[in-house]
Amino acid sequence: MTDTAVDAAVDAHDDHHPSDLFYLKIAAILALFTAFEVGTYFVEDSVPRWFLFLSLTVLMIIKFVMVAAYFMHLKYDTPWFRYLFIGGLVLAIGVYTIFFLAFDLFGLG
Amino acid sequence: MADSKLSEATPAEATETVTEHTVEHGTTTGISNNKLLMWAFLGSECLLFGALISTYLLYKERFNDFAANLAPFEQDGRNIGPRFGGEDGEGVFDIPFTSISSFILLGSSLTMVLALSAIRRSEYRSFRIWTLTTAALGSVFIAGQIYEFTEFVEKGLGYSTNIFGSAFFTLTGFHGVHVSIGIVMLLATYIMHKQGRLNSDKAETVEIVGLYWHFVDVVWILIFTIVYLFPQ
Repeated sequence: MTDTAVDAAVDAHDDHHPSDLFYLKIAAILALFTAFEVGTYFVEDSVPRWFLFLSLTVLMIIKFVMVAAYFMHLKYDTPWFRYLFIGGLVLAIGVYTIFFLAFDLFGLG
Repeated sequence: MADSKLSEATPAEATETVTEHTVEHGTTTGISNNKLLMWAFLGSECLLFGALISTYLLYKERFNDFAANLAPFEQDGRNIGPRFGGEDGEGVFDIPFTSISSFILLGSSLTMVLALSAIRRSEYRSFRIWTLTTAALGSVFIAGQIYEFTEFVEKGLGYSTNIFGSAFFTLTGFHGVHVSIGIVMLLATYIMHKQGRLNSDKAETVEIVGLYWHFVDVVWILIFTIVYLFPQ
């Protein structure tokens, strides 16, 4: 077995399971971020649109990463699971970026 | 993590460690095939939801198409979209209502992870409570979505009203179906546990159901922001 496979095997069984309190803290942070997101709806007339897009996108990505890393245990599990999931994500982003370029930028729609 | 363990171990110890893990899962890689399959499935699901979200983004500006009954959706010549348009001008989307649904689904991710944590510690009563709570929260989310869809139809936005409606209902409907399947999976794990076929030795089954459930949650994180919260 190669070193990489050995690493993966050991990592896969690294029984690092956070405590319930840790999960509660993560959930509280996620709820706080969601509250910020919802708050933008009520102030959008007084805030520049670019700022709303930017802040909502950043909060969305942070929430996505937190759920995937902690609740789905990607942070603690074998990197192979990360590769599979991120691979799917990267493929999706790549394919649909091309899709948007084809429809919007090149006017092929 | 792994490096430090291996650097301290002799080659024989390292081999022994890996052998132990290999025996545990019965796979040559030492990685659970079931979890690997679930992650591969979730990776492919990214493409499915990527397609649905992209289609929605492409057609979200077509809110006014063939929707004379939905006027006024324009104010001062500007397309004001589903958040503020509609017959009464109060909007088709109900952001505060959907926000509560989002908090409920987010909360169900917490209860799911607590259920997994409980079964790993062989705290079966807690496991049953958290599993049923997760399924109940998911059901409340689905009930909210059905109510929301009914409201949209009453306000004049149906599946075939315009291309915006088709893209919107397809995206959120597919997500709703995923949540419903997740609820069935949760109830199945509960029943298996009650029948004595699921205990701490098989906590991985709960973990796999949890992965699916959390994925449904992360997809909603994207949908909620992109569909409901992004300014028109």
